[in-house]
Amino acid sequence: MTPVLRSSHRRAGFDTVFHGLLLLCSLLVLAMLGGLILLMATGGWQAFTRFGLSFFTTSAWNPVKDVYGILAPLLGTLVSTLIAMLIAVPMAFGTAFWLTYIASGRFSSIVGTTIQLLAAVPSIIFGMWGFQTIVPFIARDVQPFLNHHFRHVPVLGPVFSGPPVGTGLVTAGIILAVMIAPFITAVMVDVFGAVPPMLRESAYGLGATRWEMMRKIVVPWSRNGMIGAVVLGMGRALGETMAVTFIIGNVTTVGWSLFAPRSTVASLIALQFPESPEGSLRLSSLMALGFILMLLSCVSLVLARCLRGKRQ
Amino acid sequence: MTSASMSPASPSGREPAQDVALAVRDLNFHYGTHHALHGISLDFPARCVTAMIGPSGCGKSTLLRVFNKIYALYPGQRATGEVMFDGRNILDDSINLDMLRSRIGMVFQKPTPFPMSIYDNIAFGVRLHEKLNRTEMDERVQDVLTRVALWNEVRDRLNAPATGLSGGQQQRLCIARSIATRPEVLLLDEPTSALDPISTARIEELLDELKEEFTIAIVTHNMQQAARCADRVAFFYLGRLVEVDTADRIFTNPREKQTQDYITGRFG
Repeated sequence: MTPVLRSSHRRAGFDTVFHGLLLLCSLLVLAMLGGLILLMATGGWQAFTRFGLSFFTTSAWNPVKDVYGILAPLLGTLVSTLIAMLIAVPMAFGTAFWLTYIASGRFSSIVGTTIQLLAAVPSIIFGMWGFQTIVPFIARDVQPFLNHHFRHVPVLGPVFSGPPVGTGLVTAGIILAVMIAPFITAVMVDVFGAVPPMLRESAYGLGATRWEMMRKIVVPWSRNGMIGAVVLGMGRALGETMAVTFIIGNVTTVGWSLFAPRSTVASLIALQFPESPEGSLRLSSLMALGFILMLLSCVSLVLARCLRGKRQ
Repeated sequence: MTSASMSPASPSGREPAQDVALAVRDLNFHYGTHHALHGISLDFPARCVTAMIGPSGCGKSTLLRVFNKIYALYPGQRATGEVMFDGRNILDDSINLDMLRSRIGMVFQKPTPFPMSIYDNIAFGVRLHEKLNRTEMDERVQDVLTRVALWNEVRDRLNAPATGLSGGQQQRLCIARSIATRPEVLLLDEPTSALDPISTARIEELLDELKEEFTIAIVTHNMQQAARCADRVAFFYLGRLVEVDTADRIFTNPREKQTQDYITGRFG
């Protein structure tokens, strides 16, 4: 065997090993997800079979009677995420558009860097801030105002009323929004930056204003990326645990009020998981909750994929 | 390079007196600290095709971008001097940019179809400036598409996305889009550089028809194209206007040696 051939033989051998390693890594990812789903599903099996549909439709979370329903945390997670998205998405969109197309020079780069730094702040920090600042603000200023003015208004009355303790879905929504807005903004800045400059110049060249350029060119062009940014933010809001636990109030009740203490899926798990005994129905119910939380994130991701597909 | 060769050629040219659509006087342009255009003075006669040629970086595209003030989108870019259009200096800050751009259309190097239907690509610009009812808009769309010889190719799929058209079709669509707002001047920045020879030929034919109605300023790297399409040719070098004359004279008997060297390909 000539030296040349031998060396190439060795290289081929190395390549096979390398290929095998890469395959192993990707298989590990699949096994990871599969294992998580399996663990959550089998763990929650007891709860699912014991309570059936009523597991989803009742809000009784009673360790004394050993009866569990998850309607309260489920609604808590969904509504607080919805509130967070309603606040964060327009804010992020505006900031990202301003940063990309309107602001210029040093100021915009300072703001841009600040947003990236904000996106990297650990959520527990936001939780402490929410507990120290937002909760008292809501309790002292917002709730008395709302209670006073909306008490007798139909529909809005029950929605805005509540004991003036400051915790609840709106508070959680605000904290979540502040948490995820920088994150969504950072992604959207990249998305907007990808719009070809010539396309923008073409629109301006026809006499379009910034508003028209944004509505007719930037938004349709970057729709996919924007949906991606929003879903990423939503994923974070759905699963956020500690910050929300600090400020949601942690009461498993269901009601119209957005200002009464509630709970979310993640906060309930965080608080109760360590004290649930092995093999108990409570632990199983928490595992079932985990399974549903995973499902929620997956569904939002799939939904985003579908929305993206429509464009082509 | 002598200083005499740098002085701009007489803007009035040698052809009979004619309306001037754009009159450039002593125009200087800066990208930040880079001085890109030096004291340009040049007339663009109405309803003529004026081609701007020169090696890359000579400032010809920059000049085009001054005319619709698209450069104003970018901080640090500034123009001084005078560009008279319809009796006003467009470099004045008081100029309404949207109005200016509706009267001076621009087509870019690469086709830039908007992410919307073929019909809406045309209607987009029109809707910005005019209130047309559905019938009038249909007529306008058909009219401009016919004039760019695209109507027969797209009449059955006006609601299809414009991005599905071929490159040549997209570029004709972009020209149609620009003339749909009924501008007086059409700026073309190497409009055929990304196109195949057949699409290029169609667009050159189109220019010939469009100049009946529009004043056309075209930047091109293609000397044959300038010779085929242009009435007048301006040669730029290193941010200065070296020579401007009729296309015939530039390509057969230029006054400046630099021009001669460039058009014969002897340029370094």
